[in-house]
Amino acid sequence: MISLTSPVETRAHRWPAGVKLAALCVATMLLFGLDNLPGQAAAFAGMLVFYAAPGWLFFRSGMARLRMLWPFLAVILVWHLVTATPAQGAVIGLRLVTAVGLANLVTMTTRLSDMVAVVRWLAGPLRRFGLQTRTLEMGIALVIRFAPMLAQKGGALTRAWRARSPRRPGWRIVLPFTLIAIDDAEHVAEALKARGGI
Amino acid sequence: MERNIALVALFAALIAALGIIPAVMLPFGVPITAQSLGVMLCGTVLGARRGALAVLLFLLLVFLGLPLLSGGKGGLGVVFGPTGGFVVGFPVAALVAGLITQGWRRAPLALAAGVGAAVGGAVLYAFGIIGMAQVLGKTLPEAALLVTAFIPGDAIKAVLAGLVTSALYRARPRAVLSRA
Repeated sequence: MISLTSPVETRAHRWPAGVKLAALCVATMLLFGLDNLPGQAAAFAGMLVFYAAPGWLFFRSGMARLRMLWPFLAVILVWHLVTATPAQGAVIGLRLVTAVGLANLVTMTTRLSDMVAVVRWLAGPLRRFGLQTRTLEMGIALVIRFAPMLAQKGGALTRAWRARSPRRPGWRIVLPFTLIAIDDAEHVAEALKARGGI
Repeated sequence: MERNIALVALFAALIAALGIIPAVMLPFGVPITAQSLGVMLCGTVLGARRGALAVLLFLLLVFLGLPLLSGGKGGLGVVFGPTGGFVVGFPVAALVAGLITQGWRRAPLALAAGVGAAVGGAVLYAFGIIGMAQVLGKTLPEAALLVTAFIPGDAIKAVLAGLVTSALYRARPRAVLSRA
């Protein structure tokens, strides 16, 4: 399964994931407390520098991920032009892009295995209280294994529908699709038991 | 135990897979994906606790950086984006949908699950609107105005969740843990 980690190796790939996550929390809290335009503009520029530092390819793929924010920026722009508060609109828009941009930056520079290690570490105290974190790790592994497989089976269902009907399948395949998931779950449960259980 | 874990994990995977199925377009150009239908089904089929766990497991993987949200979105950015409130509200919506489906045993399953999904959806909107108001710097009624276009789609999905749950109960009664 493809994760959203950037294949462009940056220096930040080697920084500890926990530190990056903590820094992200602090930065986001600061951003939402900051209400003046120059401050937000500086933070925005800083974010762009982070994206530009590893090179053009990294910058371009990072910016492409921010494209999903355009509809919201358009709404903010129109809204604040109508209410004649452009400065406030600029603060809100810049803050939005910077906050999402910084969070994506952490995702892009942290490998899935490092992220899972942080989850393990965070779940550590639970282990001390006697909770089984092995089930959590097992759950993560199962989803990573079965999400692409289910998507594939869903695609097969859609094609089977298309081969038989001129209409689009839409919601009608949700029922057989869910049945597939349930039957697969029963098989997985049997297989887990057969291998000694959890 | 193994069965519970497998069902929770497979339903988490189902939410992800439903995000890939092509979205249905509403007449006025608003796409609705089956992903939030998957969230509701977690609650109405697996029950409150396991349903919420399945959604939490799905979200954990999204936050870890897998592109499982509809449109291939994922990573930590989704929490801080304008629709972050909806994402945070997902597990609560599944929990509420599950509680109603489990609790209202005198009603036919299709009705209980449909109502559960509708109330769960309302809870989801509450979270979504609060999140959007925060991120976009709007008041709550203003933010509510921005999401009204999506309400018809979610109303349809609540009805579907009811119908699909009762059909599943006829096909695999043992797997519908909310009524097992």
